[in-house]
Amino acid sequence: MYGNTSLTAEEAKIMNATVEDPEKLAVFEERITRGEKIEPGDWMPKEYRKQLIRMIEQHAHSEIVGALPEGTWITRAPNFKRKLALIAKVQDEIGHGQLLYSAAETLGKTREEMLTDLLSGKSKYSNVFNYPANTWADMAVIGFLVDGAAIVNQIINSKGSYGPYCRALERICYEESFHLKQGHDNFVYLATGTPVQRTMVQEALNRWYRPLLHFFGPSDRNSQHSEKLMKWKVKLASNDDMRNQFLDQYVPKIYELGLTLPDPNLKKNADGIWEFSDPDWDEFKRVINGDGPCNKERIEVRRYAELAHRWVREALLNPKEKYAIPLA
Amino acid sequence: MSLDPRINRLDLHRTKEGEQTSSHLITWEVFHQEKRGKQPVHAGIVHASSPEMAMLFAKEQYARRGKTTNLWVVKTSDVYTFSYEDEDIFETTPEKTFRDPGFYKVRDRIEAYQAKNKIQ
Repeated sequence: MYGNTSLTAEEAKIMNATVEDPEKLAVFEERITRGEKIEPGDWMPKEYRKQLIRMIEQHAHSEIVGALPEGTWITRAPNFKRKLALIAKVQDEIGHGQLLYSAAETLGKTREEMLTDLLSGKSKYSNVFNYPANTWADMAVIGFLVDGAAIVNQIINSKGSYGPYCRALERICYEESFHLKQGHDNFVYLATGTPVQRTMVQEALNRWYRPLLHFFGPSDRNSQHSEKLMKWKVKLASNDDMRNQFLDQYVPKIYELGLTLPDPNLKKNADGIWEFSDPDWDEFKRVINGDGPCNKERIEVRRYAELAHRWVREALLNPKEKYAIPLA
Repeated sequence: MSLDPRINRLDLHRTKEGEQTSSHLITWEVFHQEKRGKQPVHAGIVHASSPEMAMLFAKEQYARRGKTTNLWVVKTSDVYTFSYEDEDIFETTPEKTFRDPGFYKVRDRIEAYQAKNKIQ
């Protein structure tokens, strides 16, 4: 789940029980049906605002936390060209976080509140970043496949109904396509390199296969549907549809290099749907609730950044200035 | 041992202090001008404590790709806008076609005049 909404049964219940002014709701829904965007000052249902804040905020945190495992490899990049690309990519990811925080702010939650909620664990980020990047080959797999999965998700979300989020995603998708290309380049170089390099990239693939299947969230069979979120164009495709689109696009690009994926049941059936073994959804739940290999470490680095640099922020604050919500 | 050198170097696991809840820096709207002669276009926002800092962040955030000739920053609180609720005040503008050059068509009249008066 990157910028993705999955509801618990409880949340779905609250959502369906919320009553809105029928006249305003009708105008709002007609606007969305016509394909018009919703802008910050517009009237919107409470649940629309709430779910969008949650989704955009989670997406923003994912960009920031996602830069951490890659940031550690900057000093260890194997050559100058790779190092330049990695620095640029990490800077982009932080920039994407900033763009997304701005979009969420237009809905009324301040950036400071979001950063505080990330540290306290109240807000989540993509589960995929709770796994370690053990070798340089993990950088190739992350750049190629994690970013590939993110692009599938982000292109779909950029067709949504909320103007500021769509605008941020347009810029993000453009920059992400560079991430994907440099990741693929790195991946191909390792896969066509020495036997040691091939082994490295195969092992990294084996490690990332499951987290990548988890990326789009639980199967549609086990998650709460929300007709409303679909109708309001907050959610635009189901988890399984996005996962299938990802597998369809990327598995052939792995196979064409003679590499494998660690699942004997992975195959495309006669209907064009990819089938795979159960990727252990219990593990997904465990990790998302804090018990993953890197959860603690990721938050610690963020907390350190907040604490160590607090004095700078305090020195810069002008008590006479008031915070203003971004306009667009 | 962590894979992240920052963790090992800084003994981060020992950090125990509370969370950040400080107040906000100022919000600035950023305008991006691609080339000389083109309009500056709204690009997004940054948070910064001064115009200088806002310009530095604007450069990092909105001038990382392609061409840029200039950036403007302006405090969000200094920008005045209409409300989207009042969108209907602009509704009739497209109907005022007499303000468009295409509204004025005289060729038929000229040709009729020429035919009538036998002008070549």
